[in-house]
Amino acid sequence: MYSEKVMDHFTNPRNVGEIEDANAVGNVGNPKCGDIMKIYMKINDESEVIEEVKFKTFGCGAAVATSSMATEMVKGKTIEEALAVTNLAVAEALDGLPPVKMHCSNLAQEAIHSAIADYYNRKGIDPTGIVGCNGCCEACHGHHDEEEE
Amino acid sequence: MTKRVYADHSATTPLKKEVLDAMVPYLTENFGNASSIYLEGRESKKAIETAREQVAKAIGAQSNEIYFTGSGTEADNWAIKGVAYALAEKGKHIITSAVEHHAVLHTVKALEKEGFKVTYLPVDEYGMVSAEDVKNAITDETILITIMFANNEIGTIMPIEEIGKIAREKGIIFHTDAVQAVGMEEIDVEKMNIDLLSLTAHKFYGPKGIGALYIRKGVKIKRFIEGGAQEKNKRAGTENVAGIVGLGKAIELATTDIAGKKEKLSKLRDFYIKEVMERIPFTRLNGHPTKRMASNANISFEFIEGESLLLMLDMKGISASSGSACTSGSLDPSHVLLAIGLPHEIAHGSLRVTFGDSSTMEDAKYIADSLVEIVTRLRDMSPLYEDAVKSGRV
Repeated sequence: MYSEKVMDHFTNPRNVGEIEDANAVGNVGNPKCGDIMKIYMKINDESEVIEEVKFKTFGCGAAVATSSMATEMVKGKTIEEALAVTNLAVAEALDGLPPVKMHCSNLAQEAIHSAIADYYNRKGIDPTGIVGCNGCCEACHGHHDEEEE
Repeated sequence: MTKRVYADHSATTPLKKEVLDAMVPYLTENFGNASSIYLEGRESKKAIETAREQVAKAIGAQSNEIYFTGSGTEADNWAIKGVAYALAEKGKHIITSAVEHHAVLHTVKALEKEGFKVTYLPVDEYGMVSAEDVKNAITDETILITIMFANNEIGTIMPIEEIGKIAREKGIIFHTDAVQAVGMEEIDVEKMNIDLLSLTAHKFYGPKGIGALYIRKGVKIKRFIEGGAQEKNKRAGTENVAGIVGLGKAIELATTDIAGKKEKLSKLRDFYIKEVMERIPFTRLNGHPTKRMASNANISFEFIEGESLLLMLDMKGISASSGSACTSGSLDPSHVLLAIGLPHEIAHGSLRVTFGDSSTMEDAKYIADSLVEIVTRLRDMSPLYEDAVKSGRV
């Protein structure tokens, strides 16, 4: 059912953990639906490069594997590059996900956006214009409605 | 290759050698259509009638009350729709429980769309239906009570005899889905006042694709499949002779020493439950502590998700199942775990282990040992566990 790459990232997930002094934290999903992803980043204020990234995920095999792959894909990238990582790109990098599991790849993308929005919020900058609205309210901390209106 | 430890006997069981041996002649030389009048047909007919007697004997019925079906699901569908349609003029109310198998739940849901009224009785924290609730739910319109014998997910054994007594006193037809119970619990349709009972062979070391419905003599029921005159004109279609022979042999073997089997399985089960609960914190046993199937242990592990657990167990050679949404193909976790009051996140982290004939104490120990390792690993990467640690709960 899962590709070898998914199983590899599920069995040996990359970047699991926390970053004590992270300056960007994203937390998406909810326990009711059975998947939650928390992502920690350390972003260089000068270069805007994501220097460190860690995650913790509660979820199925696909949720863990997409979390792992997504952190690999944004590590060492600039904020702009990280925001361009789509859920489809994460799924493709894993050699695809079963159709019923595609929604799990949204979790990773939302988590990245949520963390970057948090980074700007901490600096007192409204992230809406930069992070954009991906339909996930948590990614921009409730700015979704305002943008719609 | 890693050795495999199969611990999903409530999902299905392997075919017993004796059962296969009994079936093979009816797949090869004795291939006759049981409706044919010549020798080959008569041989098949004879084999079917022998199996019918074996099934009847196993549940305390008469052989002319046993009808073969293609599955346990078909038996459930037939029992419920067959009675509903036959008695629709008398009333349109059906009583069932919130924890039935989908073969029952989806069937009554379909009837609701046709204008039938259905009462879904709640269960207590152990998944038990109350006989008193059944009694109180009965109205003048009630035509059928359908309550499972034993729950497939959490193993809780329902008060079937009490419910049967109530149904009989009120003159209401009583159906029980006994798919999990046959071969695991003593069943006597006379003593328990059961009017209809569904069963399937593959849960007790018989072949897949063959089930049976017991229909008490005199119960009004519509035929389910139109066609030829098989099964006394009630269930058309050329008989699956080899499957029927396999069902007969398997049920005979499965019901010879139920007490002995229960003793052996409950020892394994209790050892496994004790090991897991003692060694892993933040766990919960789902189902009734004593009134449960001897084979079943359903445990929830907080802060982790069931599919991840199953994948890691599989890598260690262990086959089990879960009530998580990811394994149910929907976004909601098991309706049974929600019905016993588990919050979603705990229901997502449940694991059902079901032991069987081949299970050993070493298997039980190996599964528990593996779980200690896997649960720790998954909790280490769980944000819910991290939150619990930070809030001082852990």
